[in-house]
Amino acid sequence: MKNISAEEISRAVAALCVRANRELPPDIAQAMDRAAVGEPWPPASDTLRILCCNRQAAERNCLPVCQDTGLACVFAELGQEVHIEGDFRAAVDEGVRRGYGEGFLRKSVVADPLRRENTGDNTPAMLSLELVPGDALRLSLVPKGFGSENMSRLAMLKPSDGLAGVKRFVLETVKAAGSNPCPPIILGVGIGGSFDKAAALSKHALLRPIDQPNPDPFYAALEKELLNEINSLGIGPQGFGGRTTALGLSIETAPTHVAGLPVAVNISCHVTRRASVTL
Amino acid sequence: MEYKLECPPSREKLKMLRAGDRVLLSGRIYTARDAAHKRLCALLDDGAALPFPLEDSVIYYVGPTPEKPGQVIGSAGPTTSCRMDAYSPRLLDLGQRVMIGKGNRSPDVVGAIVRNGAVYLAAMGGAGALMGACVRSARLVCWEDLGCEAVRELEVEDMPLIVAIDSLGKNIYESGPAAYLESLNGGI
Repeated sequence: MKNISAEEISRAVAALCVRANRELPPDIAQAMDRAAVGEPWPPASDTLRILCCNRQAAERNCLPVCQDTGLACVFAELGQEVHIEGDFRAAVDEGVRRGYGEGFLRKSVVADPLRRENTGDNTPAMLSLELVPGDALRLSLVPKGFGSENMSRLAMLKPSDGLAGVKRFVLETVKAAGSNPCPPIILGVGIGGSFDKAAALSKHALLRPIDQPNPDPFYAALEKELLNEINSLGIGPQGFGGRTTALGLSIETAPTHVAGLPVAVNISCHVTRRASVTL
Repeated sequence: MEYKLECPPSREKLKMLRAGDRVLLSGRIYTARDAAHKRLCALLDDGAALPFPLEDSVIYYVGPTPEKPGQVIGSAGPTTSCRMDAYSPRLLDLGQRVMIGKGNRSPDVVGAIVRNGAVYLAAMGGAGALMGACVRSARLVCWEDLGCEAVRELEVEDMPLIVAIDSLGKNIYESGPAAYLESLNGGI
């Protein structure tokens, strides 16, 4: 049994909020640098270079890479042997409150979806909690911007739609998103489970570094194929045309019902942020 | 082509701009996003005065991060413009001259751009740190309760933008991808 205090959790979450918003993960930064060099269409290559300069300027000046510092999506893997001293959810929200305040990050959360009053401190966090074996608490923070989130979609396909139907839906979603989600984008694709599970899988897929393929060779090949097809659409960086429409695509799957084939596509932008810590 | 554009921009200058041209914008602009646009239109419905003059105005769709002590503004890149599509034609018909944001617009907005000789400029989405560096001063105009969505008056200098939709309705979100795909089919 290991004890972790609410204060430790708040401190860790606050630090993740600041770090995630100022420094992009190495896999995303490297993919952008490579795309800027490899992009064959000169105006698109110029655009990618400007976006790389922005990332460097943010790191240098301790500024958020993007002004949409997002909804704080927190993924917690809680070891069964851990005892939390205090209120876990309140501790996570306190961390978000401190991080977004001390880090001069934007407060982008409204308390009610229709009455829309800003909560003023970017709380509450969108918390996903998973119980795992062991005595550690792993916290991952994904500050999710809504330019890309708004272009995400979910479909309850029929089993007869099969692989072709899944591919068609992913490509249609990217085409419909067009210039809106700040391409080059990163895609999380959830296939299977239930209506809600597919959506959760697609968001969780964004946690996987884009240079790590799915461990199942069948899905690794599908990730590669879809990425190539997306990068043949011509949308390009910012939607101004070019090859680099997407930098990465990660698929996560779950068993599903005999009657269904749920597919969720969670779109993220070139400022895909994530940071993790283990307590 | 690359142009320097001073605010308020003259109609003649705006007519010269073509989709794909680069613009360095300087002068006074106003910030407004969804919530502020909704309130602006509610004031118009009531026949009340607006918090800033619409005539020849430049509106930037941005919600910046808070400034640190000694800083003018934090990160300040554009938000997705299509959320303002419901409001923009009305504001353009009343004299707004330039919109700054990111992403494609609806046919209604393109119609209002052409009808009014207006221009839609794209800022680099996700380049908040670079865009913020072009802001020389920032002043709260109204609706502080909206937080990051409050209306601010900004003085900007050489803000790098791209003409996304010009006064003839030519659109880089259509012409750009088409030109790239054509180049793959043996063009150029």
